Amino acid sequence: MLKIRNLHSGYGNLRILKGVSLHVNPGEIVTIIGGNGSGKSTLLQTVAGMIPVEEGEVLFKGRSIGGETPEKIVAAGCSLVPEGRMIFNAMSVRENLILGAYTRFRSDRSGDVASDLEAVYGMFPRLRERENQLGGTLSGGEQQMLAIGRALMARPKLMMLDEPSMGLAPIIVKLIFEEVRKLRDAGNTILLVEQNARAALRIADRGYVIETGQMVLEGTSEELLNNNDVQRAYLGKDYKSISE
Amino acid sequence: MSFEQLLQYLLSGVTNGSIYAIVAIGFNIIYNTTGIINFAQGEFLMLGGMTAISLSPYVPLPLAILIAVIITAMVGAVVDFLIIRRLKKPTVLNMVIVTIGLSIIIREIALHLWDEKVRSLPYFTGNEVTSINILGAYISPQVLWVLGVSAVIVIFLGVFFKFTLTGRSMRACASNITAARLCGINTRNMVTISFMLSAAIGALAGCVISPITQTQYDCGTSLAIKGFAVAILGGLGNSTGAIIGGITIGLLEAFSISVLPLAYKDAIAISILLIILFLRPSGLLGKKEAVELKEF
Ligand SMILES: Nc1ncnc2c1ncn2[C@@H]1O[C@H](COP(=O)(O)OP(=O)(O)OP(=O)(O)O)[C@@H](O)[C@H]1O
Ligand SMILES: [Mg+2]
Repeated sequence: MLKIRNLHSGYGNLRILKGVSLHVNPGEIVTIIGGNGSGKSTLLQTVAGMIPVEEGEVLFKGRSIGGETPEKIVAAGCSLVPEGRMIFNAMSVRENLILGAYTRFRSDRSGDVASDLEAVYGMFPRLRERENQLGGTLSGGEQQMLAIGRALMARPKLMMLDEPSMGLAPIIVKLIFEEVRKLRDAGNTILLVEQNARAALRIADRGYVIETGQMVLEGTSEELLNNNDVQRAYLGKDYKSISE
Repeated sequence: MSFEQLLQYLLSGVTNGSIYAIVAIGFNIIYNTTGIINFAQGEFLMLGGMTAISLSPYVPLPLAILIAVIITAMVGAVVDFLIIRRLKKPTVLNMVIVTIGLSIIIREIALHLWDEKVRSLPYFTGNEVTSINILGAYISPQVLWVLGVSAVIVIFLGVFFKFTLTGRSMRACASNITAARLCGINTRNMVTISFMLSAAIGALAGCVISPITQTQYDCGTSLAIKGFAVAILGGLGNSTGAIIGGITIGLLEAFSISVLPLAYKDAIAISILLIILFLRPSGLLGKKEAVELKEF
């Protein structure tokens, strides 16, 4: 589905990604975990076309999308739910969702946008209750649901999520991750970036660990959950409890 | 002041105010999708009026106005394609200089095309002496045209922004440009559309006021200044604010005549602009955040 080889990118002269490689197979949840400033968001933004590729290759469904505009990449079926949700604050929940389907209105004018809207409401009933409320007035958890719903409205082949758990209560995180897992079970492909490594690895099939713009570790979720370095650095277990 | 006189001032204030509001809305459309204040907005009114005047001897008036609106919208698109799109780093200061320069260029071209003569479109109904008696106040039917067209423009824009995909996309750009791109919206094209749209409504306004205020190659400047004052008063980017602000300034101008010498009338808008900038830079209805000038 997605294959990244030796990717370099950054901001101006500042190089953040220094040769990142990864792949995501169809039907998988792949997670990328890493600390603050390790380059996770930069990676997703580069794949989404918001930051130019300086070197390396981004293949989506076998086609190179490095250097394409974000519009083309979304239309090709690769959507990003950005860090911090980026809801259209002054627009209603319903309008936010409809704008998510923008590329579909443009291409096939399909009438099934309405049924997708129903599907999103079915997934997050809270959004239906708040259909006409302005996006900016939603709670953090509701905004995250809306951001995910908005991305789904484009019917992406690959959905990239940037720290969906940020600033949310554990119970909401659980609810959202449960829905992400259901999406995978329904055949969707998901690339999930998280600082909350435990929650992410619990639903993911495979994972990568990124540090200062480079992948330092990869493996199945099981392998990563049992890896001593991962446990120490990202799962908050201290040295003693690991060695026991 | 008699009741009839009061009504007369009131009507003239509301009429001028609604024109200012339309100019301000033109500012707002472009500001909302781009963060740019297009200081050439007044020139769109002049171009619309002048083009329709040139065409009016040859085609029926409604057709002349329609063609003028379309041509001016095209000028808006050309401005975006040739200038705005080509700027590598469109900072706010760059854009201010560029659009002011643009307004000067358009005025100079207009001067060459149409010379300095003051012209006007014929009255849409009746002529300059026709008047309608409303509760004792006498007004020209053109005033009703101005009010009607302004109302139609406001309603049209309301529907456009609220219910059409393109209108919603433009609001999305205003709300969060990054998120708009991530939804697959081509934000560059939205900028082009916003230039065309504000040029078109500017041109329409320029036609409908032409019989009353007359049109000359440099008539856009003062309208732009007043429209800008109104946009700031109402809160940049806020169309309801523009209507309230426009009518407020229109009324203040109209009633100022009864207490101040006529010569001070044009100073009203500028004074209000300064007062607002000192006291409440976000305007009457504007939000605080909108004041932090947006960049691309
Ligand atoms: N717009 C920008 N301009 C310059 N540098 C930036 C910009 N955005 C991010 N950076 C820098 O790039 C580095 C990586 O940032 P990035 O946002 O990708 O990290 P992250 O892994 O997503 O971190 P977090 O978990 O805190 O979100 C950081 O050092 C950051 O300071
Ligand atoms: Mg991040």
